[in-house]
Amino acid sequence: MKDQDLYDRYHRQIILPEFGEGGQRKLLKAKVLVIGAGGLGCPALQYLTAAGVGTIGIVDDDVVSLNNLHRQVLYSVNDIGSSKAERSANILRALNPEIKIIPYNERLTTQNALAIIDEYEIIIDGTDNFSTRYMINDACVLLNKPLVYGAISQFEGQVSIFSPLKGSNEAVNYRDLFPDPPRDGEVLNCAEAGVLGVLPGIIGSMMANETIKLITGIGESLINQLLTYNALNNQVYILNLSARKETKALIPKNESEFLKTDYEWLCAAPVQQNEIDPGIFNDMIAKGNIDVIDVRELHETPTVNEFNHIRIPLAQLADNASLIKSGTVIAFCQSGKRSLQATRILSGIFGETKEIYSLRGGIVEWKKLKQTV
Amino acid sequence: MLSRYYFMSVKIILFGKLADIAGGSVSIDNVADTDSLVDSLNKRYPELATIKYMIAVDKQVITENTVLNKKSMVALLPPFSGG
Repeated sequence: MKDQDLYDRYHRQIILPEFGEGGQRKLLKAKVLVIGAGGLGCPALQYLTAAGVGTIGIVDDDVVSLNNLHRQVLYSVNDIGSSKAERSANILRALNPEIKIIPYNERLTTQNALAIIDEYEIIIDGTDNFSTRYMINDACVLLNKPLVYGAISQFEGQVSIFSPLKGSNEAVNYRDLFPDPPRDGEVLNCAEAGVLGVLPGIIGSMMANETIKLITGIGESLINQLLTYNALNNQVYILNLSARKETKALIPKNESEFLKTDYEWLCAAPVQQNEIDPGIFNDMIAKGNIDVIDVRELHETPTVNEFNHIRIPLAQLADNASLIKSGTVIAFCQSGKRSLQATRILSGIFGETKEIYSLRGGIVEWKKLKQTV
Repeated sequence: MLSRYYFMSVKIILFGKLADIAGGSVSIDNVADTDSLVDSLNKRYPELATIKYMIAVDKQVITENTVLNKKSMVALLPPFSGG
């Protein structure tokens, strides 16, 4: 692009002292992936395109429908039935032909996510379901990509940046906020709960703003913070986030584990009653044909010698899942909390091919009951 | 008024669906930490026990049971999926 055109198009932001020509050059070099060209994606895409982000990828497999138009402001009635990725790319090219826009008219899955995300420097999550959100989070953790997160419900929105760049140990990701996906029906989406059309406009614009700040290094970003906004009363809260020790165990360790994780299943299946009482636990052990796993750390007491079991600490469970051979698995820990997490990890790996249980109350409760018998 | 001195009330603000169930803000009396606060809330609003949310104390999201004092401001936030 000719320098004179560059000055012309971006003049009003280049003259900002904090931004300047340096900021503009950083934007033009940047590669940003927007996943979801819907309520949040439309305003984010529009502002990032206008601001001159050099390469923008758009992932969406959906088509425009009439009930999108009250909030997905890139589209018009003539676009109904068109691919959102293709259509938004064309609209944005008309807005700024100087930048590169790459549409991916496909659903993001474990099969294509790592390859697509790896091509970009910053990822924006504007999707509308938990299974994709958890998958994007895990992929960004695996690939060390900063994730600009935004989500909405009715009149409220959340914005955050999960960035690995700010000291790896302190880096917070979405699973530090909500370790496991809510099950289907537990949290309503826009189609079920409704959303005020202007809300994704506000939250999506905030996501574009945070992305531009992240690229140019100006201002204070929302790294490791969560902003909440309420459109009804204009209340804004900014909360500080911290990493959890247990989070690491919930995220696939490598590409092959990621490919094997069934995110749809993690979210879609109904809540399973997979906790068992000590009495049932004893019955199942007596019957045999099960693998019992102690997911506590190796140094933890009380030690267990009353029944056969394998010791795999929670953090190493996913790596060592192949040690589990039987069709029925019972995990236990001290109090029954970690073993419940273990059932989720194992469910993610084995799906419905195994029956997976957690001992309620943990080994402490089991030993207590044993003494009273 | 010695009893008043020991009386502790913690203010809680709720977001999203949690606010639909319990209101935008509630006060809970005599809870020493976040675990007992959750227990009291679940007794008062059983539906809350079925929902995942994160807890912030004084604008810091907590990852384990946290001691509360009478000035503590607690926030409960559910996940949103909409985009």
